[in-house]
Amino acid sequence: MNAIEITGLTKKYGERTAVKSLNLSIEQGTCFALLGVNGAGKTTTIKMLSCLTKPTSGDAVILGKSILSESQAVKEVINLSPQETAVAPNLTVRENLELIAGIYGSDRTATLEKTDRAIKDFDLAEVERQKAKTLSGGWQRRLSIAMALISAPQVLFLDEPTLGLDVLARRELWSAIEKLKGKVTVILTTHYLEEAEALSDKIGIMAKGELKALGTAPELISRMGAKTFEDAFVALATGSEASA
Amino acid sequence: MKLLAFVSRNRKEMLRDPLSLAFGIGFPLVLLLLLSAIQANIPVSLFKIEKLAPGIAVFGLSFISLFSGTLIAKDRTSSFLMRLFASPLSASDFILGYTLPLLPMAIMQSAICFLASFFLKLPVTGTVLLALVVLIPAAVLFIAIGLLAGSIFTDKQVGGVCGALLTNVSAWLSGTWFDLSLVGGAFKRIAYALPFAHAVDATRAALAGDYASIFPHLWWVIGYAAVIMVIAVVAFKRKMNGDSV
Repeated sequence: MNAIEITGLTKKYGERTAVKSLNLSIEQGTCFALLGVNGAGKTTTIKMLSCLTKPTSGDAVILGKSILSESQAVKEVINLSPQETAVAPNLTVRENLELIAGIYGSDRTATLEKTDRAIKDFDLAEVERQKAKTLSGGWQRRLSIAMALISAPQVLFLDEPTLGLDVLARRELWSAIEKLKGKVTVILTTHYLEEAEALSDKIGIMAKGELKALGTAPELISRMGAKTFEDAFVALATGSEASA
Repeated sequence: MKLLAFVSRNRKEMLRDPLSLAFGIGFPLVLLLLLSAIQANIPVSLFKIEKLAPGIAVFGLSFISLFSGTLIAKDRTSSFLMRLFASPLSASDFILGYTLPLLPMAIMQSAICFLASFFLKLPVTGTVLLALVVLIPAAVLFIAIGLLAGSIFTDKQVGGVCGALLTNVSAWLSGTWFDLSLVGGAFKRIAYALPFAHAVDATRAALAGDYASIFPHLWWVIGYAAVIMVIAVVAFKRKMNGDSV
């Protein structure tokens, strides 16, 4: 069963087309990586799917709900970790988590339970009483992702989630994303190709607003006759031949 | 529950910002004490505590625009609002969430101003409570200005527009620092075409127990508050449904 069905999704800003007639299906419970160089249309696609930006044309159906006509219902089942760290600076780590649980409708008891679990799952105990603005970039990023997961979303959008994380923190996050497989549909954008290769069940490569290729990492390597996934990506993203 | 969680967050964010407290409560109190000291040495009828306290209370409220505008603008520029816009919070949750925590803050701020005025020989009468009620439309007006500024400006621009421009304009054109009749002419007409002098005059009338004089002035404040709130809500909703957060 598909969690997301995208049909002819297009976004134009004046004369510029950021996303051009995107057609895509994403299977429920899988991790899908959306790759592309800067300006390829990845973030615009995520913004449209998470009901932050209205498409110029086309539609997407998330778990049976249209992003155009049922955006409120879509928002109940998704969550998002934006590209930039998005935390409330004067709230503590615990309060940030409680806030998100609260605005997704949890009552006080459920909020406390979910917050305790998120603190444990993301190893946030040592900083739970610290204000978010005093945390390092890596901790803030970890908190931001914990906030995206605390609502137990069925579809999770992670826009460059490991940007600014050190190697250990990145590996920890990879492990957390791996654990979501089968339960949560994860749509991930990243510039780290090894991350996409390691985590995703399927990869879509965008360039100039269009989906240029779709498949698993080995499929894309094989299709381009490349030695590595990086070579395949460069060839697909630039429209050139892969280096043999 | 959703709205309460958001209201609670906004209240904490504002109360935990030391600059909010310093400017919103500290600065008006310093001015109250300073002008009362001048009045004690060189009597100026405008600086009598019965006239000064309402002016300072309105001046203090002008900082509410700075608090709310800065919070909203920072939420926008830090992507925090993007996260919230992707959540099930509705447009009315956002507008109430940013507005509700400010009302008790504004009333508290005015109450502290009058409390300090009691120590400066303002008579302790029931009209002070009426003056607090009369200040509520002015509080809503400044909250609406903050919501509007936060929806269209960056946090730095909000600092300039609300922190410098608005506080000065609302102070100079309120009739608190000098009698508007002394300048007269176009200046006085402009001042009375804006809501700030009316807010001060309505509060002075309430404090003096001159009930008949309250409403002609208060209508101006209520009218401005309603119109600016509608514009602010439209601007915020456009931002919410627009292409950029």
